[in-house]
Amino acid sequence: MSQIAFYILSFLSVVSALLVIFSKKPVHSVLYLVFCFFTIAGHYVLLNAQFLAAVHIIVYAGAIMVLFLFVVMLLNLNADIEPHKDNVLKVSAVVAGGCLMLIMTSVMKTADTMPIIDSTNQIGVVKNLGLALYQTYMLPFELLSVLLLSAMVGSVLIAKKEDIENLPQ
Amino acid sequence: MNTLANNIPINYYLILSGILFCIGVMGVLMRRNAIIILMCIELMLNAVNLLLAAFSVMHNDAGGQVMVFFIMAVAAAEVAVGLSILVLIYRNVKSVDINILNRLKW
Repeated sequence: MSQIAFYILSFLSVVSALLVIFSKKPVHSVLYLVFCFFTIAGHYVLLNAQFLAAVHIIVYAGAIMVLFLFVVMLLNLNADIEPHKDNVLKVSAVVAGGCLMLIMTSVMKTADTMPIIDSTNQIGVVKNLGLALYQTYMLPFELLSVLLLSAMVGSVLIAKKEDIENLPQ
Repeated sequence: MNTLANNIPINYYLILSGILFCIGVMGVLMRRNAIIILMCIELMLNAVNLLLAAFSVMHNDAGGQVMVFFIMAVAAAEVAVGLSILVLIYRNVKSVDINILNRLKW
């Protein structure tokens, strides 16, 4: 049962990831990436990591991809901005990525130990993860809030730079 | 209690994450639209996240999933700053083609 679900989710993830990089219009790429993130959330559910699945859908599909979609629509990039395609570049990129994929998969296939994931444990539920997050990883968690605050202030400052230059000196 | 008890080997997750990561690398090398390059970076981060979650479940350790949480927050910060830089670049040169943005090359 779960093996079949894993195969279906993996197939959908890989196909939607390929469609992200091969589709012409940026809006289609964004939508395929949202679908890919939903399948990865399905993988998290299969691993019995419910908190990660919920956070993944909320943060990635709900916040980050909406930001991407806003920027694509704001810049009006739906037209194809790559008019003269460099086929040599494309083929060499596919060959290089394929070689990397070949090396990684062959190395990972020859790993001699093959331990079984037993997802009947309750490590991914909110209670255990919250205990780890607020006891062991307390300081990084608080530093993360400072990082997010500085990223927010920095992005607002960068995007408003034109207005700052137009101010009277 | 748990109907989703799976016994999928860790090798399958290793290979799936490797394939997703390589697709991301391929996209970064191939596309010239800077927004799609940022999206491919997100794809690579997600491949690593999936593998971290799988190893965390395998070793019965919550540290891996906490690290996934941290990577998500760092990715959100990176995307916010990167997209605002892209908007600024688009205002100046009216394009996000990375072949035009090569003034820092020499």
